[in-house]
This record gives sequence, C-alpha cells and structure tokens, in this order.
Amino acid sequence: MARDQLAFVRTHMLPEAPPPTAQTGAVKWLRENLFSSPGNALLTLVSAYVVFQIVISTAPWFINGVWESPSLTACREILDGKMGGCFAVLTERWNQLLFGFKYPSELYWRPGLAFVLLFIAAAPVLFGKIFPRKMLIFTGLYPFIAYWLIWGGSVLVPVFALLGVLVGAFTYSRVVTISAGVAVIAAFVAALIFWILSGYVTGPMENVMAIQAVASRDMGGFMINLMLGVVCVSLSLPLGILLALGRQSSMPIIKWICVVFIEFIRGVPLITLLFVANVVLAYFLPPGTNFDLILRVIIMITMFSSAYIAEVIRGGLAALPRGQYEAGDSLGLDYAQSMQLIILPQALKISIPGIVNVAVGLFKDTTLVSVISMFDIVGMIRGPILASSEWNGVYWELFGFACVLFFITCYGISQYSQWLERQLRTDHR
Amino acid sequence: MKKTVFLGALTVAGLAAGASAAATLDDVKARGKLNCGVTTGLVGFAAPDANGVWEGFDVAVCRAVAAAVLSDANAVEFVPTTGKTRFTALASGEIDMLARNTTWTFSRDTDLKFDFVGVNYYDGQGFLVPKSLGVSSAKELDGATVCIQTGTTTELNLADFFRANNISYEPVPIETNAEGQQQYLAGACDTYTTDASGLASTRAAFESPTDHVILPEIISKEPLGPLVRHGDNDWADIVRWTFYALVAAEEMGITSANIGELSAAAGDNPEINRILGTEGDLGAMIGLDNEWAKRAIAASGNYGEIFEKNIGEKTPIGLARGLNAQWTQGGIMYAPPFR
Repeated sequence: MARDQLAFVRTHMLPEAPPPTAQTGAVKWLRENLFSSPGNALLTLVSAYVVFQIVISTAPWFINGVWESPSLTACREILDGKMGGCFAVLTERWNQLLFGFKYPSELYWRPGLAFVLLFIAAAPVLFGKIFPRKMLIFTGLYPFIAYWLIWGGSVLVPVFALLGVLVGAFTYSRVVTISAGVAVIAAFVAALIFWILSGYVTGPMENVMAIQAVASRDMGGFMINLMLGVVCVSLSLPLGILLALGRQSSMPIIKWICVVFIEFIRGVPLITLLFVANVVLAYFLPPGTNFDLILRVIIMITMFSSAYIAEVIRGGLAALPRGQYEAGDSLGLDYAQSMQLIILPQALKISIPGIVNVAVGLFKDTTLVSVISMFDIVGMIRGPILASSEWNGVYWELFGFACVLFFITCYGISQYSQWLERQLRTDHR
Repeated sequence: MKKTVFLGALTVAGLAAGASAAATLDDVKARGKLNCGVTTGLVGFAAPDANGVWEGFDVAVCRAVAAAVLSDANAVEFVPTTGKTRFTALASGEIDMLARNTTWTFSRDTDLKFDFVGVNYYDGQGFLVPKSLGVSSAKELDGATVCIQTGTTTELNLADFFRANNISYEPVPIETNAEGQQQYLAGACDTYTTDASGLASTRAAFESPTDHVILPEIISKEPLGPLVRHGDNDWADIVRWTFYALVAAEEMGITSANIGELSAAAGDNPEINRILGTEGDLGAMIGLDNEWAKRAIAASGNYGEIFEKNIGEKTPIGLARGLNAQWTQGGIMYAPPFR
C-alpha cells in the first residue's frame, strides 16, 4: 500500500491515559463491592445507617467517660445526667483486674516480667525460622523461671524441679536403647524419686536465696486466665498427640486406656471437672493436706483439653493417605521414626485450625474457674469489685475491659495460626 | 446402686475428715490463723476493698472470733466460697467456720451435719418497685411481671405468696442479681424480688435510688447466721458466745469507744464485768482466757456498731434495723445472759 494513499498516520505513541474515573480507585471499589446491584446498594445504605446509629449512640459514652472518680456515685455526679462511662473503676481497680486483690502490689513486676519473658521463650517455638535455635534453651528454662517469679520462695524448688527433669532425661537417654516404652517409665520413676528426695532438702532450706513467696490463693485477675491458658495449652498439646497415637495403636490395652480416657473426659462438662477438682478432692485427701488449688485446676483443664486435642489430631492422622504410613514402613523406619519424620508433621499441619480452635476455646473457658471461687478476671468483677459499695452497679465498663483483654489475646492466637498455615503450605493452589 | 456406694464412700470420707478435725480450737491455735469462709463478694456483707482488705458485716464476725481465740482480729484467712462450694468447704475442714449470709434451715442444720450458732441477720424476701408504679403493698401486684432468680427458694416463696393471696403474676426468669438489676431497670418487669437486704444494696447502685421503693411485705423467713461443723461442740460454743458477746455488748452499752474504760476495773454492772472478764471466769469455761470477749468487741465494735458501719442507714445500702434491733428496741436480737 502506498504511503500517500493514507489520510492520517500517527507518527508517535499516544501517552497512557488514566482509566475512566468510574473504573479506578475508590469509585471502582465502591461500585464493585458496595453498589454492584440495586439490592446490594440498598443493603449498603441500610448497614451504613445502622453503623452510623451505633457510633452516634455510643460515642458520647466514650467521649464523656469519667476517668477520675472515687466511686460510682461521685462519677454520676460528675456526669450530671449526661451519658458517659465510669472508666474510673478501671483506673482505680486495674491492678485487681490484672493481678487479683491479694497479690502484693510491690511485687507486680514479677508476674509482669514473667509475662514479658513468655514472649522471649515462645518466640523460637512459634517462629522457628526467624529466631536462632539456641533460644530453645531459654524456652526449656522458662517454666522454672516463671514459677519462681510468680510464686516466689526459695530458688532451690525450681532448681531441683529442673534437676529432676534432667535426671529423667538422662535416664531416658541411657535406657532408650533397650526400649522406648521402658525408657519413658524409667525416666518418670527416676525423676519422681529425685523430686521426693529433694523435698527433704528444700524443706529445711526454704530460706535459701528466697524471694517473698506468694500463695496460690493470693493470685487472681487476668494473670490466672493467662497462666491457666498458657500452661494448659502447652501441656495438653503433647498429651493430646500421645492420646491420639495411643488411640490408633494396635496394642489393645493402650488403645482402650486412651479410648476410655478420651470418651470419658469428652462426655463430662468442664465445670463438673472443676467442681471435682475443688470440692470432691477435698473429701478424699487426708485433712490438712494442702494440694494446691491452681495445680488441681491445671490438671483438670489439661485433661479436658488434651482429650479434645487428641480427637482433632486423630482427624489429621485419619486424613493422611494410607500410602504415607506404608512409605514410612517401606523405608525401614520404626514406629517412632516414621511418626516423627513422616506422619506427625503432615497430620499436625492439617490439624492446626482445629488445635487453635481448641486453644482459643480453652483460653476463654478458664473464666469458668470463677464458679469455684477463684478470682480470675470474671471472678474479680463479679465478686469483689461489684460487691464493693463504691462500684456496685458498674457493668459495661468492667465486662468491656475483660472483653478487650480476651479479644486481643484470642485474635493474636488466631492471626498467628493463619500465618503458620501460610508458612507451612506446600501445595500449589 | 453405684451412686449409693459412691455417696456412702463420700460420707465415710467426710465423717473421717470431721472426726480427725474434732478439736478445731487446737487446730486454729496451732495454725495461728482462723480459716473463715465468706462470700466471693456481697455488698455490705463481705467484700475486699481497694487494698484487698476484707470488710463487711459477715467479715466482722470472723474478725471477732479471731480476736477472741487468737488475740488478733487480723489473724483470719478469708476463704471465699460460692453458694455451691460453701458447704463442702466447711464439711471437708477447709474452713473452721462459715459466715456467709447462709439461711438457717432444718435440713442444713441436721441432714448436712452443720450447727448454726446464731442469727446475725434476720432477712426475708421483699419486693422492689418503681415509685411510678403507684403500688404501696405487695398485695396490689395482681397481674404484675416479676423478675425472679430461677432455682432458688425465692421462686417457691413467690408462688406461695401469690397463691395465698389469690392474685396472679407473670415470672421473668433471671440468672444472677446483676441480670435482675439490668432487667428491672430496663423495664422488663414491674417488680424485682429477692432478699430484702439484697434489694436494698441493688437499689443503692441505681442512678436515682429514691425513685424506687421496697414494699413493706416480707414474704419469707431468712435467718442468716454463722455456722460450724457438727460434732465439735466446744468450737461451736466459742463461735456462738463470741457472737452473743457482740449482741450483749450493744444491749449493755459496751462500745468500742468506752470498752477500755469499762474493762479497766470491775464496775457496777455485774454482767458487763462478767463479759469483759473483770469478774468471774467465763473465759475458762470455753477454753479461752478471761479477756476473750473484750477483744472480740474491740475488734470492730458491738453488734450495733458493726451494723451501722457496714449496712446501716448511713451507708449507701441504708438498711433499717427492723427485726435486727435489740429486743429492748422492738427487734428480736436477744443474747442469752452471760452468767
């Protein structure tokens, strides 16, 4: 085609034009997400109106909130008929909400420090790729440090407890060549003997390097919820794995012990177990024995949640194709090796959402201990704070505060689990 | 069958626990602390303050006993109990006495194997109504909606009362006092019924308490008092007479202000002298020294002072003495003679 026959030839590229306003930015997003159809638009407007109303009606409650006042009556006088929250109860009683009403206030730094160290101890476990493996040593020491910080007393108690664990581990490593099962029992017995013997040493030496001791019944507030939550989840996970494996075992006695345990515990409400811990045990123990109430509750909640976690993990085990088990066998791995290297990593990955679900539920269930007269955060609110003549009648502010604390914790757990799932995803979706 | 065996085992264990803890006084002295069961918190009756120190009407009884036995009103380990754990805590020996606004009933005294040592507060079920309802008597509540805690004796009392007066009502079931308070204020029910002392403290927390009245009818008997385990009569005597010492002190005019003066030397009134130990040896008869009652009264004052300080008309709870006045003042608080 000859060049002069063409009326117009563009000799240079047009500059890139911006997209039409209806197809870009916020407008596009609004059109696509909120106003894509008349029905959708209507729903958007109605929801916006509802949200607006909620904000309008609650905003004064926050804005007029009173943060300085000695009592509810004084607070109402300051408000003088206006709508507003009496947040003064939080500024006055925050320490009771967090630590309970009997924990000595000059020692608040101890559970506080234990809380901060918890993150350092948990980091290498939770974010194994980011933090150096050497930090796991601190994780192993953490339970003993935290115990000493929170309960106080002689440093010998946690030290001997730690030594007992080391004695057990040493025994295990010596006997494991004979049989893993025997080694576990031997390690347990060795540790137990060591602990009993060490009781004779720590008893008379209870003032050696002692910091002020705090009794279990003096603890309370959100501290108890966190302690129960952290301890019970971390104990029930290994127990749950063992129970799940035991339930799949081909050895009938082990299998039936696990089945009976799981089915019995799952068939009983947690509150009943807590009553057993608090009330019934008191009848059976010889009078004068002081079996720590927090310890009893930890045992019961751990049993309860380990039964649930066992079932979650059993679901993960069942989801693995049979070929995975056979692959382990064909490689010549024994039971422990094939479980450790092939089955459990996959099964646990599948089980993460379920385990997190149990953990979050368990954490919230710790508020049930208020029923057996332990002053956790809900017990503190319902008992001492609402029963004080100054603050009788403040509900929204206190329970709202408890909600915020629980939400932060539970949302954190759930966000972590989603991150972990993304990290462990190996399929190509 | 199995249940029976289990309960039997429980009973045996309970009896064993009770028997081995027979000498409660010795246990308390050896321990150096009185384990006293209280509520987990009830306005005016027992609650820790901002510094964690227990205060209240029931708490004062614990402190008086501790002062009598251990010479120190602060040598008390307060063991908070809920309505569900209180009796097992006492039966198992976890606590030495229970002062937890517990109603004295036949079955608790006999079947549950406890001994009520007295009545420190005569309570009864009442009705709270808004003034705007224009009701001045519970008998005018025909057809009213009533907020009522489910599963309590108050529910049964309510049904009995309305049936006896041949009027009808519509129950609004609630679970806790907090819920009752909210429902009542939100207008979900015309009237809220529970123990009169509870109504008074609930009303005290309202934004405008004067807009609500407690109707004069009291439809049940709720004698609240401290209790101990059955079987240790010596210990029961100590708790009983420590409490009566507080009551008698009010009757005799012994107050925390004048007790020092009155106990300095024997005075003209022989009963005051016997109570305060300046005459006779009442203390020895219950295994204590002669100044036990003096210490008990000095701990937080006499019965009237304790009442006024914690739940009396000058407090936000504002309970009138009513039945709980001395028998000389038209009430039924009546301490047997100290002789």
